[in-house]
Amino acid sequence: MANQDYEVHEHDVIVIGAGGAGLRAAIEAAAQGVSVGLVCKSLLGKAHTVMAEGGIAAALGNVWPEDNWQVHFRDTMRGGKMLNNWRMAQLHAQEAPERVLELERWGALFDRTKDGRILQRDFGGHRYARLAHVGDRTGLEMIRTLQYHGIHQGLDVYMECTITRLLKDGDRVVGAVGYWRESGRVVVFKAKAVILATGGIGKAWKITSNSWEYTGDGHSLALWAGADLIDMEFVQFHPTGMVWPPSVRGILVTEGVRGDGGTLKNSEGKRFMFDYIPEFFKGETADNEAEADRWYEDKKNNRRTPDLLPRDEVARAINSEVKAGRGSPHGGVFLDINTRRPADYIKKRLPSMYHQFKELAGVDITKEPMEVGPTCHYVMGGVRVDADTAQSTVKGLFAAGEVAGGMHGSNRLGGNSLSDLLVFGRRAGLYAALYAKDFGGTLVVDSAQVEQAARQMLAPFERTGGENPYAIQSDLQDTMQALVGIIRNEADLKEALKRLDVLKARAAKVRVDGHRQYNPGWHTALDLDSLLTVAECSALAALERKESRGGHTREDHPYTDDTWGKVNVVVRLKDGRIQVSREPLPEMPPDLKALFQERK
Amino acid sequence: MSARVTAARPPIAAPHLRRDAWWALPLTVVIVLGSFIVYSTWAAFQNAHYWAPPYLSPFYSPCLSATCLHVTFGYGLPEIQLPIIGILSPAFLILWGPGLFRLTCYYYRKAYYRSFWLSPPACALPDAQRRYTGETRFPLVLQNYHRYLWYVAVIFIVLLTWDAVLAFRFPRPAGGTEFGIGVGTLVMWANVILLAGYTFSCHSCRHVCGGHVDVFSKAPTRYRLWHVITRLNEQHPTFAWLSLFSVGLTDLYIRLVSLGVIRDLRII
Amino acid sequence: MPTVTMHVFRGDARGGDFKEYRVEADPGMVVLDLIHRIQATQATDLAVRWNCKAGKCGSCSAEIDGKPRLMCMTRMDLFNEGEPISVAPIRGFPAIRDLVTDVSYNYVKAKQVPPLRIKPPEPDGTYRMMQEDIDRIQEFHKCIECFLCQDVCHVIRDHEENKRAFAGPRFFIKLASLDMHPLDTVDRSAFVKDAAGVGLCNITKCCTEVCPEHIHITDNAIIPLKERMADEFFDPVVWLLRKFRSKKKQPA
Repeated sequence: MANQDYEVHEHDVIVIGAGGAGLRAAIEAAAQGVSVGLVCKSLLGKAHTVMAEGGIAAALGNVWPEDNWQVHFRDTMRGGKMLNNWRMAQLHAQEAPERVLELERWGALFDRTKDGRILQRDFGGHRYARLAHVGDRTGLEMIRTLQYHGIHQGLDVYMECTITRLLKDGDRVVGAVGYWRESGRVVVFKAKAVILATGGIGKAWKITSNSWEYTGDGHSLALWAGADLIDMEFVQFHPTGMVWPPSVRGILVTEGVRGDGGTLKNSEGKRFMFDYIPEFFKGETADNEAEADRWYEDKKNNRRTPDLLPRDEVARAINSEVKAGRGSPHGGVFLDINTRRPADYIKKRLPSMYHQFKELAGVDITKEPMEVGPTCHYVMGGVRVDADTAQSTVKGLFAAGEVAGGMHGSNRLGGNSLSDLLVFGRRAGLYAALYAKDFGGTLVVDSAQVEQAARQMLAPFERTGGENPYAIQSDLQDTMQALVGIIRNEADLKEALKRLDVLKARAAKVRVDGHRQYNPGWHTALDLDSLLTVAECSALAALERKESRGGHTREDHPYTDDTWGKVNVVVRLKDGRIQVSREPLPEMPPDLKALFQERK
Repeated sequence: MSARVTAARPPIAAPHLRRDAWWALPLTVVIVLGSFIVYSTWAAFQNAHYWAPPYLSPFYSPCLSATCLHVTFGYGLPEIQLPIIGILSPAFLILWGPGLFRLTCYYYRKAYYRSFWLSPPACALPDAQRRYTGETRFPLVLQNYHRYLWYVAVIFIVLLTWDAVLAFRFPRPAGGTEFGIGVGTLVMWANVILLAGYTFSCHSCRHVCGGHVDVFSKAPTRYRLWHVITRLNEQHPTFAWLSLFSVGLTDLYIRLVSLGVIRDLRII
Repeated sequence: MPTVTMHVFRGDARGGDFKEYRVEADPGMVVLDLIHRIQATQATDLAVRWNCKAGKCGSCSAEIDGKPRLMCMTRMDLFNEGEPISVAPIRGFPAIRDLVTDVSYNYVKAKQVPPLRIKPPEPDGTYRMMQEDIDRIQEFHKCIECFLCQDVCHVIRDHEENKRAFAGPRFFIKLASLDMHPLDTVDRSAFVKDAAGVGLCNITKCCTEVCPEHIHITDNAIIPLKERMADEFFDPVVWLLRKFRSKKKQPA
């Protein structure tokens, strides 16, 4: 087939992914007056952002006037164990309040304070109640608001379209190639700038809160296009996912349950989190139940409950309790809100949790505790970007949201994701548009690259006798769950890499049945490419980092090591192979450093 | 999704795939509502046995005939006779009001469009109407005047409450009246309470009393009213059925007492 | 756990039929789990849309035993053991393949809704809204756009010609949420009556019956919209009163 036979669309900017970051980027780029195409794998409005429950972290100071961006910045850096890109964390803390207020102007309806302002709730690792929220469906509110604002901004939306390769002209990205899920036809996007907003990689694990879309497409596209990835060893296991029945294992239980008064207990009925307070957080965490209980009512004179330690701490604690045989009947621990809060309060504040447990597990959370356990939730690592412009190390390629790395360091605080999407979505849109306006020369797409991508896409149809893609996907998930999970060690990681090699060989021979029209078997086969790539990146980076920090725990290197605290693990493609290196973190300026000394 | 031009639906031959007893509900509605219509029409034609002192049938209230007129409206009235009485049953002068209120009621519309019109008989079943214009053309466009019939219905609640008050005033054998409570009194009070529940849980009432406001915090009284009516409105279908039964049974009770088939039991 | 017989629609607009699959069901499973199991083991190309598998994204809409439902929220213990379960695509929309339909109608309608235009901020530059101002709208914002209400609504399910001038229940709640927004300044009454065609609705409530978010679509959105339309077009008294008061909202 000759190149001119392919369907071609041309835009100044294309955005890949239509979750919070992608939509916000597209809206901003369109506001700059450039032509914008928004490409997404699912229907518009179905992106994973709808699953975000708890809220958007922003130092609005509506509930606690003491709150400001410096406090938020400090919380974020401490939550990320100081490995964050300080500039990103600073911009994020400074700009999040305006992004939230902007959403409100676009129609979002957050829960209100008594005087009619945006109400904020407590969350793990945040010093003050800081999360703007709508019950426990904040992500849905955010995506609907952006979606309905966006459709009136002149965007061209390409739904159910998967991008498989970026196109390059010399050292710059000039477009992308992919296929329509519906027809299976190849489609080419020519663009002066490409923004990746594809989310995370959670589908590489068995127990995950992530949907099928989270196959690490953006991470892989960037890597294949020559961009750097950083921090890929840091994968957040959310401490509270559902554990029973098996079919819902991994579905998220919002941190808002704990923010609103829920406590974790083991099978002996003990609030075990008091046994797991790390040195780093001792100063601000209550060490006895009485003080923790008082904190719910009087936050000024008491320290916060350890149930609301950052997610990495809580996930590890739950993991240890279960391993020590103090778990719940289905291998989790108990999360109990019914003893502290009345039924009406629970239904009002956590309606979808109530609904989810009632309908899927037959548990009434206003009467009984939930059973919860860690679930793969978020990847802190991602495309290395310039903090201010969101541009990757490849010209014309931008990244925002979960696919971008650096913002959250080694561990993300709850609520910082939605604000990240807005702050850096906007920045990516803005700077991609400016880049497109300054684009020199003509936009040329190399037909050989398109042809090669098309051949790769169609190859599975031409094979006979290969394997079923679902079997390979399932084995990959088992491998990552067992060997690159919450607790890692060198032997496991090496074994994982060996098995990934075998899986790669199997994937190269994968076979699909049927034809190109809406064929999920084929789609799964193609997704294996990126899924295996990110799995390998994550395992390699995890092997490299010989310490424990945030979302990366090595039982063979159980302590946090200051020398490791000064470097990022960088992953890049060289001569077709993934290479790992250590590179120094950007240095934080003294005025920001001072924030950490003052209060220590 | 790329742009598509075809509009062909999934080629599934069966008109529907429901296997539950979807027909039970519309059938029940046809039977119950049909029985009520038959009974009330018959009762309206009777033009008799609607007044068993001190009870007045709701089908014939306000009383327009000489026998109970002065009981209802007071003894100070001059001796009058409405010419129509005797030719046509007074029920026909009365029943159009509550009848049209129910006919245009948002809940009953659902009930009869489904069970009598079969449009649709149940969810995900094919609509029996081949041409469908909803409530956009005459006569169904008149459903939009429901609120005016609600105003009328409110007047009837006032009248029926008065009747229920009068049901405490039993005629003395020796002449004059005395306070008392009979089973009929309780029946009439139950009926008027259910009818009021139905009338004040009406969707139009909810709109007129507060639903039209966009910023509730600036109209606290209307907000509180709207809030209460919203609670009631959730029970509107229940009130619709219970009040339908109660109004029919109240008429039947008074009719049977008047016919001497049963005796009204005096409690006090 | 027992083996379940599933009759799943396979085919596209040109033709198709129900195909029987026998599949193991584990405790606590939902219909979508079985569809995935069929996909993984018996029919890798079985087309189905899904995302979150937790009732939050509204992708996996289908008609199960003839009833519009989310596959991820339909537990297998709902069904009698031994009886086959039919899974069909949502029939109100054009077929694409198997359980996937073309729902672009909804995206076309979404774009037609006149968007929010808010009033100027308070003197201090902020906006204030009280919880009681937004309670009823927050109910509408729960919508996950599964389009089951659009599928089941007989106005368009059985009368294709009405699709031209009928927005459907999903967009009636959208319109209601905009109309009741405390900061909004747009008068959408003519749009609601003519372009969105609220008069076509005969309030038979199937939209409310199938809503997986339990939004009271009919009682809280459509009927209030009909009443607001009555204010504007059918009530001479309100019309007269309005003549004496200044209009707050501007036409779209």
